[in-house]
Amino acid sequence: MAKIQFIDFGGTARTVEAEPGSTVMEAAIKNGVPGIEAECGGACACATCHVYIEPDWQEKVGPPSSMEEDMLDFAFDVRPNSRLACQIQVKAELDGLTVRTPEKQA
Amino acid sequence: MTETIKTDCLIIGAGPVGLFAVFELGLLDIRAHVVDILDKIGGQCAELYPEKPIYDIPGFPTVTGQGLIDNLMKQIEPFGAQFHLNEMVSEVETLGTATAPLFRVKTNGDTVFETKTILIAAGGGSFQPKKPPIPEIEAYEQESVYYAVRKIETFRDRSVLIVGGGDSALDWTLNLVPVAKRVTLMHRRDDFRAAPHSVEQMRALVRDEKMDLKIGQATRLEGQEGRLSSVICRDNDGGEFAVACDAMLPFFGLTMKLGPIADWGLSLNENLIPVDTEKFETSVPGIFAIGDINTYPGKLKLILSGFHEGALAAQKVQRYVYPDRRVTFQYTTSSTSLQKKLGVA
Repeated sequence: MAKIQFIDFGGTARTVEAEPGSTVMEAAIKNGVPGIEAECGGACACATCHVYIEPDWQEKVGPPSSMEEDMLDFAFDVRPNSRLACQIQVKAELDGLTVRTPEKQA
Repeated sequence: MTETIKTDCLIIGAGPVGLFAVFELGLLDIRAHVVDILDKIGGQCAELYPEKPIYDIPGFPTVTGQGLIDNLMKQIEPFGAQFHLNEMVSEVETLGTATAPLFRVKTNGDTVFETKTILIAAGGGSFQPKKPPIPEIEAYEQESVYYAVRKIETFRDRSVLIVGGGDSALDWTLNLVPVAKRVTLMHRRDDFRAAPHSVEQMRALVRDEKMDLKIGQATRLEGQEGRLSSVICRDNDGGEFAVACDAMLPFFGLTMKLGPIADWGLSLNENLIPVDTEKFETSVPGIFAIGDINTYPGKLKLILSGFHEGALAAQKVQRYVYPDRRVTFQYTTSSTSLQKKLGVA
C-alpha cells in the first residue's frame, strides 16, 4: 500500500492508503476525500478529479498524456503541475505523494 | 403557443435506463416520449465514455458505451418512441389525482406535454455547462456572461471574449467573427483539441487581424451592474493582462446537476429521489424514478439495476394507463402477442 496525502483548498490535509495499480482518484473516492468529484468514474472524460502535484513530486509523477492534457482544458485554474487524478497510477515509488485539490471541480 | 403533446408516459433522460424503459413499456402497449438535454441519445454512455468498454451488462462480456446505446436503439425500434433532444424539462404541474394521475410538463424548448405518468431516468441529473469559479461571475450572467449561444443576434456589434480550446469555443469563434464588433479567443495553451480545420480557419482570421487570440486564463471580471467591461487574465508566466469586452462565453464542457427536478415537489434525499422497491414510484403517485437518480435501501448504481427498475415501474404505469386491463404476465420467447408487438411474429 502507498500513502497519498490530499490537501484541500482550505488547507486541510487527509492521508489515505492506496493500492498499487489503482489510481489516485480511486483512492480519494474510496476514502470519501472531498474536493474530488470524478463524475465520469475515471474515463478521462470530465476533468473533475483535477489535482495539483506538490513540486517535490512532480518529477516522479510525470507529465500528463496528450489525451489528459486535452481534458485539462475543461478544468479551471490549470497550472504546470496540474494532473487528473484518475490518470495517475499508484505505485510503490509514489508512497507519500502529496496533491492539492482546487477550489472548484465543476 | 405550440400544441400540447398528449402521451401515456414521458421519460426524462435518454440514457440506457430510459431507453430500456421504452422497451418494457412498449411490450405493455404504452408509447413513450423521451426528453433529453443533450443533443444526442445515450446519456453518460454517449457523452462521457462512448469508447470505454463496460464489463457488467448481462450477456455482454464487453460492450462499449456507444455499442450498448446502439443495441438498445435497435431493441426499442419497434416501439417508435419519439425523442425530444436538446430540451430540459423545466416544469411539472399536477393536473390529475393520486389514482388517475395527469401532469402538464413543459420543457425549456417550449414543448408542452400532457402525460399520465412520468419516468425520471435522469442519471446524475442534467448535463449543464461548467461555470468557471471566477468571483462574482453570477452577477454578470444576465447580461454579459453566457454559457451557450441561443441567438447569434445577442452578440451583434459586441466585443466578445470566448474562452476554451474545444469545438464549441472554436465553432462559435468562427460563427461570431462576422457578427460581433470584435472576437477574442482565449485558451490556456496555444494548442487546441478542436477539429484541425476549425483551428486553421481561426489562425487565418488572426493572421488577417479579423480577431484576436490570447493565451491565458480568466481570473477576474470588471464591470458595473451586471455589465462587463473587461476580463482580467493571467498569462502562463504569471503576468496579468486585460481583455476589453462586454460579452463573455466560457466553454469548459459539461457537468451533471440535478437541475429543475428539485422544484417538482418530490421528496429528495441528498439530491437523489427516494422510491419504493416494488414500483419505483416517488412520493408523487404517477411519477417514477429509475436508474442512478433514485435511492432505496441497498441501491446499486448499475445499469442493470436500472433495467430491472424500469421493468417493474412499467407494470405500475400500465395500471394507471389501462386501469381496467386484466394483467397477464408473458414471456417474449413464447407469447405470440408480445412477438407481434416486436414485429417478429
